[in-house]
Amino acid sequence: MSKKYSDNKNKKYMDIVVPCIVLVAVLVIWQLACTFSLVPSYMLPSPVRVVKAFINDFDLLMQHAKTTLTEAVLGMVLGVLLGFVSAALMDAFKVVRQGLYPLLVLTQTIPPVAIAPLLILWFSYGIAPKVVLVVLVSYFPIAIGLLEGFESVDCDLIFLLKSMNASRWQIFWHVKFPSALGEFFSGLKIAASYSIVGAVIAEWLGGFNGLGVYMTRVKKSMSYDKMFAVIFFVSAISLILMAVIKLIQKKAMPYKYIRKQDE
Amino acid sequence: MQKILCANNISKSYGDKEVLKDINLTLDEGELVCLLGVSGVGKTTLFNILSGLMKPDSGEVLLKKSYSNDERRKEDIDKEYDTESFEDDFLDITGVSGHISYMLQKDLLLPHKIVIDNAALPLVISGMSKKEARDKAASYFERFGLSGTEKKYPVQLSGGMRQRVALLRTYLCGNSVALLDEPFSALDTLTRASVHEWYLKVMEEIKLSTLFITHDIDEAILISDRICILKGQPAGITDEIVIDEPKPRGQDFVLSDKFLEYKRRIKLML
Ligand SMILES: Nc1ncnc2c1ncn2[C@@H]1O[C@H](COP(=O)(O)OP(=O)(O)OP(=O)(O)O)[C@@H](O)[C@H]1O
Ligand SMILES: [Mg+2]
Repeated sequence: MSKKYSDNKNKKYMDIVVPCIVLVAVLVIWQLACTFSLVPSYMLPSPVRVVKAFINDFDLLMQHAKTTLTEAVLGMVLGVLLGFVSAALMDAFKVVRQGLYPLLVLTQTIPPVAIAPLLILWFSYGIAPKVVLVVLVSYFPIAIGLLEGFESVDCDLIFLLKSMNASRWQIFWHVKFPSALGEFFSGLKIAASYSIVGAVIAEWLGGFNGLGVYMTRVKKSMSYDKMFAVIFFVSAISLILMAVIKLIQKKAMPYKYIRKQDE
Repeated sequence: MQKILCANNISKSYGDKEVLKDINLTLDEGELVCLLGVSGVGKTTLFNILSGLMKPDSGEVLLKKSYSNDERRKEDIDKEYDTESFEDDFLDITGVSGHISYMLQKDLLLPHKIVIDNAALPLVISGMSKKEARDKAASYFERFGLSGTEKKYPVQLSGGMRQRVALLRTYLCGNSVALLDEPFSALDTLTRASVHEWYLKVMEEIKLSTLFITHDIDEAILISDRICILKGQPAGITDEIVIDEPKPRGQDFVLSDKFLEYKRRIKLML
């Protein structure tokens, strides 16, 4: 047992170390390629220049990030609420499921970039069209994740609750909802990365504030270093958001993270 | 002895496959009856029907009225089924769950609830407050050999412990009839003996009637009042054997010729 445990620990350690080495190697090669002018410096700024650009524009970036994050989080919260309600309804009433599910899948084939201009026409240039787009992209993974979670519940568990004379609501509360939490969080992680991307795309197409707006501005002034800085910044925000969700999951589902040998 | 549960002419098929045919079974008050049969014969299916979770294709399940659960629910059912009920003091519970305590074959502990909340679940479902339910459930932990596990999650328990939690949960359902599907299978011999002893005592105390499934012939002979053999395809109750021996039955009985004779007879019937 203890051998297996230390192996596990070792594996976890390697899981972190190996990608870090690769990342550092890529950065070093990149920097060297720039220093020795293998690529024209205006097209590919060196990592050092990117970092400098990030530091120079730090305040501005933070200000834009605030807008983007507000849109993403607000949209995600609404997406979660909508997703939860529709998944619960689809689970409870077969008709709702039959009617809604194909429609949901169909809407997913429409790329968000395609509807963003339409949303801007409808809701003008403020925060509203961005939030709506985020709702649209984050809704689906959550609704489907929850629905699958509800449906994957062992039917013997439902039997058990029925033998205790439980009401439908009690079955939902004590069994279905908790069993679907794992799927819910998987869906939420996907929704988180979608929603940042969704907000940025909507900002590209028009707005006054936000990382997408910043991106279009630095593109116009051909500041490649700033462009790289904001690209990495956006992916960093997505990663942080996912880490936060993981943290919430650990708090909400402590039983998923305990091993038998722990006392 | 007074009949408390009757199953009349129960038949059930899954699609084209006939599993049960014309099953007749009765359970007396305070009786412990064992259902024996090879794997896949339809024991669990029969239990699902008796508990009201599944509807049989034909036949009926009757429960003595004074032993049915929940008054409000009982009245509802009276209205619906009264004309179909054959005997006045029996309630037709065919396809109606909630009157019988049922321990399913799997332990089915909820992974997200700590052990005490798992055990107290039937109390919470019946409307008791969480704290009250926990207090009541906690008072049984020692007798079930579960002390110290209250705050753990089910994944942290051994198979035998999980089974005892499931048994405690079933007991806390509080009905007068209990169906137990292989309730002691994950217990070692010593624990099993003490759980048997405890269960027999409880049965007498609260006038509990039990129907249980086991694959262990020795266990069946040791604790049952009567053994029913389920056999065939589709399955019927082909034999019944009354174990005429006062309880508690000790080691002497297990080593006696009488025990071996019962065992030999059952083996021939299976
Ligand atoms: N939901 C179902 N759909 C179709 N067939 C089923 C279903 N449940 C059980 N069966 C079939 O019915 C038969 C009886 O199953 P059952 O679970 O009642 O057996 P059992 O006597 O409890 O067996 P074991 O001792 O292994 O638990 C089996 O052949 C099984 O394949
Ligand atoms: Mg079975």
